[in-house]
Amino acid sequence: MAKVLMKGNEALAEAAIRAGCRAFYGYPITPQNEVPNYMARHLPERGGVYLQAESEVAAINMVYGAAGAGVRVMTSSSSPGLSLKMEGISYIAAAELPCVIVNVMRCGPGLGGIHPSQGDYFQAVKGGGHGDYRLLVLAPGSVQEMADLTFEAFDLADKWRNPVMILADGLLGQMMEPVEFGDKEPQVVEKPWATTGARGRKPNIINTLDIVPESLEKRNYALAEKYGRMGEAETRWQEYKTADADLIVTAYGTSARVARSAVDMARKEGLRVGLIRPISLWPFPQAPFALLADGLRQFLVVEMSMGQMVEDVRLAVNGRGSVHFYNRLGGMVPTPRDVLAEIRKVLGGGGGQ
Amino acid sequence: MKRICQRPESLTDVQMHYCPGCTHGIIHRLVAEALDELGIREDAIGIASVGCSVFAYNYFNCDMQQAAHGRAPAVATGIKRVLPDRVVFTYQGDGDLASIGVAEIVHAAARGESITVIFVNNAIYGMTSGQMAPTTLLGQKTTTTPRGRTVQDNGYPIRMSELLATLDGTAYIERVSTHDPRHVLQAGRAIKKAFAAQLHGKGFALVEVLSTCSVNWGMSPQEALDWLRDNMVPYYPLGVYKDASVKEGEAHD
Amino acid sequence: MSKGRVLIEAERCKECSLCVNACPFGVLRISERINSRGFHPAEDAFPEKCTGCRLCAIMCPDVVITVERAS
Repeated sequence: MAKVLMKGNEALAEAAIRAGCRAFYGYPITPQNEVPNYMARHLPERGGVYLQAESEVAAINMVYGAAGAGVRVMTSSSSPGLSLKMEGISYIAAAELPCVIVNVMRCGPGLGGIHPSQGDYFQAVKGGGHGDYRLLVLAPGSVQEMADLTFEAFDLADKWRNPVMILADGLLGQMMEPVEFGDKEPQVVEKPWATTGARGRKPNIINTLDIVPESLEKRNYALAEKYGRMGEAETRWQEYKTADADLIVTAYGTSARVARSAVDMARKEGLRVGLIRPISLWPFPQAPFALLADGLRQFLVVEMSMGQMVEDVRLAVNGRGSVHFYNRLGGMVPTPRDVLAEIRKVLGGGGGQ
Repeated sequence: MKRICQRPESLTDVQMHYCPGCTHGIIHRLVAEALDELGIREDAIGIASVGCSVFAYNYFNCDMQQAAHGRAPAVATGIKRVLPDRVVFTYQGDGDLASIGVAEIVHAAARGESITVIFVNNAIYGMTSGQMAPTTLLGQKTTTTPRGRTVQDNGYPIRMSELLATLDGTAYIERVSTHDPRHVLQAGRAIKKAFAAQLHGKGFALVEVLSTCSVNWGMSPQEALDWLRDNMVPYYPLGVYKDASVKEGEAHD
Repeated sequence: MSKGRVLIEAERCKECSLCVNACPFGVLRISERINSRGFHPAEDAFPEKCTGCRLCAIMCPDVVITVERAS
């Protein structure tokens, strides 16, 4: 399959259609607009349904309905829109309905701006809505991954009967890179539980209400058990030159692209630096830290936020090594030179001691 | 003796939790009778809202989804768009539809979404202990208008049927009542017509059913029906507000 | 022989009295008995007056009344 030059948002939408997404319910908000625009142009021609809802709240509840009817369905939005969707997402997770939810993050808080940010990490991985629930959260680091992870997200959602979130940002969404779609076929999954009309069977009920604590507790424990299995099966990350590293930079998405350049520049100066790039943000990849945190190595977390993933890195490092932090905010994107300067500061300026 | 009326097949055998004399039970039966008579129980997907009728998924003997407060029309839209040949209906109270969910109902109507909405208006929030609803009448005492609803504090009750009927996407809108057998039978006919409108793809159909809440109104079930007749019907006139749907002459397929 | 008959599921009746008030012929009344939920269920005190008009069943919120009519 030939490579095509595409915007991240459009590659994501194209991949969704190829993954068998048959319904998209969206709402305009920068910087994700190319996703609904692309879906409006292409989904109807390829056997799907596109609808612009009256709000993000309505959109996520349309997703709830279609997912409950057993259809592959997606919605996308940006930060403030995700805040509006939180209640619906909690319902979808509670009802164990498969769907794909995209957040092309923008800077905040409040109306904030339209430039990229990573300020919704907590909202995505710690559960922004009410109650104990988890989303499988995947963080693409390139236009190719915007496509690949979205395509896979539909299979993962059906595999686990759980919403999957693609956590990207405005830069990944707006930039163009060559992308290849391949010819992988989506895995069709039977959904006997779906509400398709009780023809010749007992009625199906999609419901999250349970006012009997004993039985709601059972449901919660069952969810917890599923999240445990998801944690074991779906954790994914990338490591780059970490084996002999004295300092390991950790970053995801856009920040990881910048960090990687900084690591290469540092290596040229003889500094032994590596990179861990989490791809699944939930489940968070603890394993590489458990292995590499030996009390000697240091860690530098780079984020476009006030410091959110850094907390999970500290938990994973568990005191066996100092964890430093560097960030830019407000839509400013860190530069490789900035990160290199931080690396030098942490490693005491000279070559690797 | 020939049996002439019994529990409709589209109602499950589950005992309903509603308070004694609550008209929700009557309306559930009317919806179920419509599903039976139109032979669409196995094609129906109902959306329960949040309020006293949140447990409707236990009472309707068809596929059901329970929606977040106010969002049933969106959930119904999400389903109908992907399963256009199924019969999708919502069952909502006045707090759900006219307050938190007013954007969802207005836009579903404006889009001419081919769904059937059963809108139960009892002028109060029942399940949560009797608060004022957008449909609470002026002067009506509730737990959040203890001295009676006033215009300067709480504005005017909303007439949803008239409001929605101004939207071109609507095919059938009627307001009915449950305060005596004649009106209950009329309500049943309206509900059946609203489902028929969906079957014939005419667009958005809604029946507003004036209802009682004897416990929170502080009356006996019969006094509540009489209060409804004497106070709600004058403010919420009964009648058909939109009928672009099934013409008398059109045969049912 | 009366023209109609009502069968009331006493266990499910919540004593709301709407059926009693709806009956044009005074057939129904609230009984002295108590069901397992503590309600006095409605009963057909004067079955011979029943015409099978089913107004009681129309008003019953708990669908506990089945009506039969002489064919």
